[in-house]
Amino acid sequence: MATFLPLSRAVSDNLNDGDTAAFEGFTHLIPTAAAHEAIRQGFRDLTLVRMTPDLVYDQMIGMGMANKAVFSYAGNPGVGLLRRLRDAVENGFPQPLEIEEHSHAAMANAYEAGAAGLPCAVFRGYRGAELARVNPNIKSIVCPFTGEKLAAVPALRPDVTFIHAQKADHKGNVLVEGIIGIQKEAVLAAKRAVVTVEEVVDNFAGIHPNACILPSWTVHAIAVVPGGSHPSYTHGYYARDNAAYLEWDEIASDRERFRAWMQENVIEKSADDFAGRVAHLRKAA
Amino acid sequence: MSDFTPNEMMTIAASRALRSDDVCFVGIGAPSAACNVARLTHAPDITLIYESGTIGTAPDVLPLSIGDGELCETAVTTVSVPEMFRYWLQGGRVTIGFLGAAQLDKFGNINTTVIGDYAHPKTRLPGGGGAPEIATSSQQVYITMAQSKRGMVEKIDFFTSFGHGDGGDHRKRLGIDTAGPTLLITDLAIWKPDPETREFTVVSLHPGATRETVQETCGWTVKFAERLEETPAPTELELKTLRDLQARTKAAHAGTAKKGKAA
Repeated sequence: MATFLPLSRAVSDNLNDGDTAAFEGFTHLIPTAAAHEAIRQGFRDLTLVRMTPDLVYDQMIGMGMANKAVFSYAGNPGVGLLRRLRDAVENGFPQPLEIEEHSHAAMANAYEAGAAGLPCAVFRGYRGAELARVNPNIKSIVCPFTGEKLAAVPALRPDVTFIHAQKADHKGNVLVEGIIGIQKEAVLAAKRAVVTVEEVVDNFAGIHPNACILPSWTVHAIAVVPGGSHPSYTHGYYARDNAAYLEWDEIASDRERFRAWMQENVIEKSADDFAGRVAHLRKAA
Repeated sequence: MSDFTPNEMMTIAASRALRSDDVCFVGIGAPSAACNVARLTHAPDITLIYESGTIGTAPDVLPLSIGDGELCETAVTTVSVPEMFRYWLQGGRVTIGFLGAAQLDKFGNINTTVIGDYAHPKTRLPGGGGAPEIATSSQQVYITMAQSKRGMVEKIDFFTSFGHGDGGDHRKRLGIDTAGPTLLITDLAIWKPDPETREFTVVSLHPGATRETVQETCGWTVKFAERLEETPAPTELELKTLRDLQARTKAAHAGTAKKGKAA
């Protein structure tokens, strides 16, 4: 059953050194505040899983928190490369980073398999793709009915998944709207799930019966963090801070500048600072 | 006719290849501009799909990422990412997969993963994202990129997305039953695969481009069709549509910036 906690407690209760952790969000609803809290608490030796590791994984990898990344697109969407991740892969700085690389289809299927309690995902993919040569977790399976050769990857089962969502009700049910991405699957695939939300409401009366809701008993902790996905966005609350994504490209290009930025904007800040960061983006949403 | 840049010609030539009844899986960047110009000119009913799960989207400005909010707000429906890849792409419902490329070879194989060796890359690129399956599950693949010797190479460093492999019937031999790359639109020319070898062959030069400029900016020895056409120059409407779209996009992306922090 979900417990409402301050973000610092929600993170310290559910994340451990050495965990396989997913901070999921597909451009939309990226759990930045939770990732920043994890950075402040200084976790180490994490395996970071995410389809689209963007700024927050660039930050966590740059701070030396991760041994391994499992991903399918490691870019700053629409801007370019992830420069801290690149530094780790190309130069082993600040520490070497093992990578397990997939396609989006594979990761999406693998989360779904995790949520469905299956050991692996089966799909038509990786045909002619060289990732199958360099990633030993990409194998194939023959359909017992048609003989078709299909791709197989292990199910994803994170120790803990962090997501950001629009709102929770008082009972701790969570509503996700807009580009829902992979969040539902990532939560249901994980042993523990932590959700940050923009607000808590009395109830979800009047919403569509097919809305994407994570029942309270699928979530371990909820923290209320308005603005908690900035510079990503929360549909209905505030717009994506595209300028911040463009700016990140410069910040992350230099090791010293990166450290200074992290000190000033993450280490010396708290979850309470997120609301102010989206104030200028609210009417644009 | 006003002046236009090679990049504008590329986007407009790419847009002309799309039809109103196409279901197009849109890659970010150059493909996104071309797909939306098509929608705003001759293909108003085209279904544009972005991998974030937005189906039938009609953004007023070009998204910076594949998951900008406007894609969802203007879409017919927004589905989850696993549904997108399973039911809609793998299910064979996409007629055109429209991709860009960091590195491309003459058989339409694409690398967006690494420059250099995979384990010890010289440059680590973002990776495949949706492209490996877009390239094999879409009924056809269109590719658009600006020409350069670095981008169009004899041998790509990594097969992120399979095109025609070594050429000929290589797709068939791997059990891939979709057509693969059938069109390449660059800033200088329109290319189509040779029906036998599947090597991309220039079939049309854009206004101002020559055989020499095409060869100078391409890393393999270029084949030209016997009957080489000239791509019609952009019409006033096409050019205005593209420029208005880009101006709206620039204003919108700058509009979210804080004062004193230019985008």
